[in-house]
Amino acid sequence: MSKWILRGLATGVKTTRYPRRHDGTPGISPGLPETGTELVFPEAAGAAAAVCPAGALEAEGGRLGADPRRCIHCMRCAWGSHAVPWNGGYEWARWAAESSSAKLAGAFGRSVHLRIVDAGGCDACLSEVTQLNNPYYNMHRLGFFVTPSPRHADVLLVVGPVTTHMRRPLLEAYGAMPGPRRVIAVGSCALTGGLFGPSFTASGGVAEVLPVDVEVPGCPPPPLAILHALLLLTGRGGEAEQVPEPGKGAAR
Amino acid sequence: MTEPASHAMHDQALQREAAGRWGAAVRISHPADGALEISPNPEVLSEVCGWLFHERGYALATVVAQERAQAWRLLYLFWGGPPAWVRVRIEMPLDRTSLPTIADRVHAADWHEREIEDLFGLSFVGHPRLGDFVLHEEWAEGTNPMRRSFDASRPPAAGSAGEPRWRPGRVVHAAGAFMMPVGPVFSGAAQASHFLLETIGEEVLRTIPRLFYKYRGVEKLAEGRTVDRAVLIAERFTGTSAVAHAWAFCRAVETIAGVTVPRRAELLRAAFAEFERFRHHLAAIAGIVHSTGMTVASSQADLLVEEALRSAGAAVGHRYLFGQVVPGGMYRDWRKDQLDELCRTVESLARRLDTLSRMFRFSSSFLDRLEQVGIVGRGQAEDFGLVGPVARGSGVEADLRTMLPYGSYRELLRVEGHVEQEGDGYARLRVLIAEAQESARLIRKAVARLEPGPVRVEIPAVPGEAIGWCEAPRGATFHWVRLDGDGRVARYRLTTPSFTNWHGFHLAAERFAFQDFPIIMATFGLSTAEGDR
Ligand code: SF4
Ligand code: SF4
Repeated sequence: MSKWILRGLATGVKTTRYPRRHDGTPGISPGLPETGTELVFPEAAGAAAAVCPAGALEAEGGRLGADPRRCIHCMRCAWGSHAVPWNGGYEWARWAAESSSAKLAGAFGRSVHLRIVDAGGCDACLSEVTQLNNPYYNMHRLGFFVTPSPRHADVLLVVGPVTTHMRRPLLEAYGAMPGPRRVIAVGSCALTGGLFGPSFTASGGVAEVLPVDVEVPGCPPPPLAILHALLLLTGRGGEAEQVPEPGKGAAR
Repeated sequence: MTEPASHAMHDQALQREAAGRWGAAVRISHPADGALEISPNPEVLSEVCGWLFHERGYALATVVAQERAQAWRLLYLFWGGPPAWVRVRIEMPLDRTSLPTIADRVHAADWHEREIEDLFGLSFVGHPRLGDFVLHEEWAEGTNPMRRSFDASRPPAAGSAGEPRWRPGRVVHAAGAFMMPVGPVFSGAAQASHFLLETIGEEVLRTIPRLFYKYRGVEKLAEGRTVDRAVLIAERFTGTSAVAHAWAFCRAVETIAGVTVPRRAELLRAAFAEFERFRHHLAAIAGIVHSTGMTVASSQADLLVEEALRSAGAAVGHRYLFGQVVPGGMYRDWRKDQLDELCRTVESLARRLDTLSRMFRFSSSFLDRLEQVGIVGRGQAEDFGLVGPVARGSGVEADLRTMLPYGSYRELLRVEGHVEQEGDGYARLRVLIAEAQESARLIRKAVARLEPGPVRVEIPAVPGEAIGWCEAPRGATFHWVRLDGDGRVARYRLTTPSFTNWHGFHLAAERFAFQDFPIIMATFGLSTAEGDR
């Protein structure tokens, strides 16, 4: 199939330089509202908080507090008269407050095997996870591989609010993994239930079912935010070297 | 567009025929929304529906069950015509819990009835297979979450790990065969779904899918919400078709409110919906290439998908276009330079897709995997009422943009449909490629037609009910909405292309070589988020 190989060669290298350098390519991330910003007009903080359908924004005095875990990326605070300051980055994965696990270092630090469970997501989160295998992100270069076998999995990546019907399969997938195992919750559904939970069909997030180590906010989080979570988990999550002008996040 | 005079003529012809056949057993009325409404006695319900479907060429859009204050009301909505909409309506006292099936004549209604039985507790007499469907073994017998008395704020039923596993209603019927379970957790990044493959050696005889692992009760969750909040659900229950479903929901709401969406907003909606189709089809094509295991071709297709996501992110801030379509129009307007940039990217992606697809055509090892695989015949597609690229790969031209035009598709945008006849995996791939190209053209056309103007109108809070529809990337979607006096959602019935097409998936998954299963899945390209709701 030489024509395919030629085609492949002709395409050239496309892969992001993250985490060595920040990637400021437009459209790579939707960004997130900035936490703890001081607003010029204190009243504006209340108006902005009222616009958020997810309860992710809160006015405290003249400051606007943002809880990224709740953000469902409805973009209503990104635009228009209620627009709040917006952070165009993507390094926003965080260790879960409850996590008692250490970083996956040493032998696991170099080659990490992932297993992915769709616990009731809308497909957009799953689509962003899939992009990590895209030549643009190529997570293999950083030692991350999706494994077909639970016995070899180090990390469980979970999307979705954990529906009643996915609870047992999720627990089984976790149970089949050898230790030390880590769990990454991806997307607002997986963090808080998002728009779909807690409800009569879904939990209020993966942490209600399994111990979660790293959380990735966003609806959906962009591929680089998920990659950031993997780096964080393996002790390689330092801040990337800045380039002069990173993308501005949400288009204005 | 139908002339009013001929519309009335067709209407009368239909009415005469119904009256002639069933006499006093049917009552016919003409509600203000222009549909023809037929209220049959239950004994002739199935006959009337069968007549519309088989003899008058109507397609089933959805079945809406409602538990009203005084009575049960079931609406069977058919589209086609003229007249474009025929509504068959059944009312019965709340203490009655059964009615005759129509699935004996209209097979497309099969899953609608099963769902209603599960979620409302109504049973359909004569339906061959009721029971275990949406709600799995975790739910106590007799739980009917769509009933008004059901408390939706309670926590989920807690299934324990020790409960027995599901077995299908019918078991192995070939000698020496065994059942091979697949899913709901897969080895790669795959949506949750579960299949039992009846297998002899390398050959799979048939496939029994079990769905609804992702049932989030979307219809129930929407109840009581304002339309500004409910649209967030319409947009997010299947995030890879956000624009289409938000649009269909908004169309229902706008019909109830009696508002006309500004022309600029209609064109922007069409541009974004076509972009979404374009990106969805690129991803579906990439999925098919993956399933055949062609590595270089896979990466080539993957690049296009990520570039499409980036171009949306760069132009409007969200890679999946969340937050754009709202009741009354668009949440905000976009500048010409932003939209022009989007068009330029689409144009270059479309050219590269063209190069790729020409390479596919001459790649015999690729074609060998797709040809004669996962065949759905035209007759089967019609019986099951299949929709979208799957139906169009089997010779059925079902596209709401041309057959029931809405928004800008009514006048400003003319869609060149594409139909293939073979009904196999390769036919479906060709449909996807042709449609992606057509969407690329439509995006440019819609943007070129934009004129300055408002993009949103106020939606007054008025009660009422209406249906909104849209040709989503995977096919026809129908959103039936009833609003109460405060303008809040009282009932939301959501029929999606994946729900419709999963019903026919097993047709394509009979008698095949085991290693072809991923290919059949990929060429059907269905979503469980969209089907399970
Ligand atoms: S984008 Fe996030 S923070 Fe902003 S209003 Fe929407 S949900 Fe709230
Ligand atoms: S967090 Fe958002 S994008 Fe992710 S699964 Fe939930 S609704 Fe979809």
